[in-house]
Amino acid sequence: MDESQEVSAIRVRDLVVGFGRQTVLDHLSLDVRRGEILGLVGASGGGKSVLMRTIIGLIPRQGRSIEVMGQPIGGRTEGAATTWGILFQQGALFSSLTVRQNVQFPLRENLVLSQELMDEIAIAKLEMVGLRAQDADKYPSELSGGMTKRVSLARALALDPPILFLDEPTSGLDPIAAGDFDALIRTLQKTLGLTVFMVTHDLASLTTVCDRVAALADGKIVAIGPMRELLQSEHPWVRAYFHGKRSQMLQHQMR
Amino acid sequence: MNSEPLLLATPSGDVLKLRPEGPWTAANVSVLETLSRSVGADVDRSSAVTLDMSGVSALDTLGAWILEKLSRRAASSGRSAEFVGVADHFSGLMAEVRQVNRRTPTPATAPNPVLLRLGDLGKATVGAREDVTIFLQMLGALFVALIGVLRRPRSLRLTSLVYQLYRIGWQAIPIVVLITFLIGAIIAQQGFFHFRRFGAESYTVDMVGILVLRELGVLIVAIMVAGRSGSAYTAELGSMKMREEIDALSTMGLDPVHVLILPRVAALVIALPILAFIGAVAALYGGGLVAQFYGGMAPAIYIARLHEAISVTHFEVGILKAPFMALVIGIVACSEGLRVKGSAESLGRQTTTSVVKSIFLVIVLDGLFAIFFASIGM
Repeated sequence: MDESQEVSAIRVRDLVVGFGRQTVLDHLSLDVRRGEILGLVGASGGGKSVLMRTIIGLIPRQGRSIEVMGQPIGGRTEGAATTWGILFQQGALFSSLTVRQNVQFPLRENLVLSQELMDEIAIAKLEMVGLRAQDADKYPSELSGGMTKRVSLARALALDPPILFLDEPTSGLDPIAAGDFDALIRTLQKTLGLTVFMVTHDLASLTTVCDRVAALADGKIVAIGPMRELLQSEHPWVRAYFHGKRSQMLQHQMR
Repeated sequence: MNSEPLLLATPSGDVLKLRPEGPWTAANVSVLETLSRSVGADVDRSSAVTLDMSGVSALDTLGAWILEKLSRRAASSGRSAEFVGVADHFSGLMAEVRQVNRRTPTPATAPNPVLLRLGDLGKATVGAREDVTIFLQMLGALFVALIGVLRRPRSLRLTSLVYQLYRIGWQAIPIVVLITFLIGAIIAQQGFFHFRRFGAESYTVDMVGILVLRELGVLIVAIMVAGRSGSAYTAELGSMKMREEIDALSTMGLDPVHVLILPRVAALVIALPILAFIGAVAALYGGGLVAQFYGGMAPAIYIARLHEAISVTHFEVGILKAPFMALVIGIVACSEGLRVKGSAESLGRQTTTSVVKSIFLVIVLDGLFAIFFASIGM
């Protein structure tokens, strides 16, 4: 038990979340190990985003406990920026700030450091996610979809949080950009020793990037393990997901 | 494991040995900055720098960058700088940090403040011309859409028109009645208070009647509608623009002016005279109440004086202005809404501009009408 706590970055036990009468997450348990990339799949509207938003404290929960890095989390989001970084699906960049200011925002709010250092760190982060220093003075509305995701990733990583949440990081990107983004996440995960929790539908990212994949159906995690194991799973929904027409085609080509 | 980061500097001959210890992470950034600054002079003095990383217990991008910066500072003047004892799990990060910030961005030159002001002035001038163009374009587009509707009355968006009438007309009545009632009462009170000194109290009724019917009733109502409904139009159309709803309409072969703007402006043109009339009545009623309870004038006398003081002309002057003011408010609100660009800030700015501009134009228009009516003797 102690050992599992040692290696778990996120421990969710018996989580229940519902809206009104509808129960979205029903006694859900999930462990995310330190230093792994966990992909979460599930039906649209099946509670993937709800699970993520509950872990990061945006949705109040009814059920039991969530522990992050061995610490139980309350419903409050203070100090959260140093624990995790979040890449929202649409980027959620502050539209009134430039790219540079967006990346500096968590630094400015959480740390006391000189403007010079802050500028250097912001540029360093932007270069780490594959952007150029010239892009730093653009506004979010001037960025392409892929750049928005990269800037948002740079902002999420501004404080070097141990955990990174990604909500459909490759949605809306062309396959080349998506592939680059996957590679980027892999590289950053290795360099910075991140734990990554990734909600995605992209079968390619699931296969290439994720160490383990968890399948969410009927409010529970019905299967979890490396991609190979999930492909063998007998659960009807998991079978339908990975052995549907589209998935078959992709897997066929990958073989 | 140290809880505080340290930086031990041991000069041996010309070589400076730096040994960072403890957690070099973002949480300790202020200590780290002080530490790196404190050895800066030593680094500049020595001919070679060795950074012994074996004592570092935790490292993140920020800490790695500060160390990298020290080594670059040494390397920049041709001296040697090297890292030794980098732990395996930090080597990836150190290698990454070595790549960044290599290209020094050209510092933005501070522009001349005088030129900047002149530039702003020029932009504002061009912008003013553009504003007029946009206003006239919108007026023209509305006129074309109106002709289309007159040709084929069935193409009028009746549901939308009725809904807008409900929103900006019916729902505005309570607040319009309340405010104009108070304005009427205040004017009457001031009239009685100041005219009493000349024994001219009875002329208060003339003042209230003429002022309310000719000027204040319609002006106050127009300003309120600009603030209440004009801003709503701008925000609505702006967010529709942001979410590409307007583009979607155009691609379906529909004219946004016809579908969205004509019903809104038409609703304003219909509703504003009605609201102005209701407002004028409420103001006269407020004046009457003050006359009775403050001025000691019986309602019958108030009505009789009012009857003598005002004529239909005064009422006509007021109410004739209302549709034109409504048109100005509608056009400004809708065209500002269509000028919204991607960001949330732009939506806010355009809404503010819309309200400020339409109130300004309403007052200017009122002035022009005053001159016009005076010259035709109304």
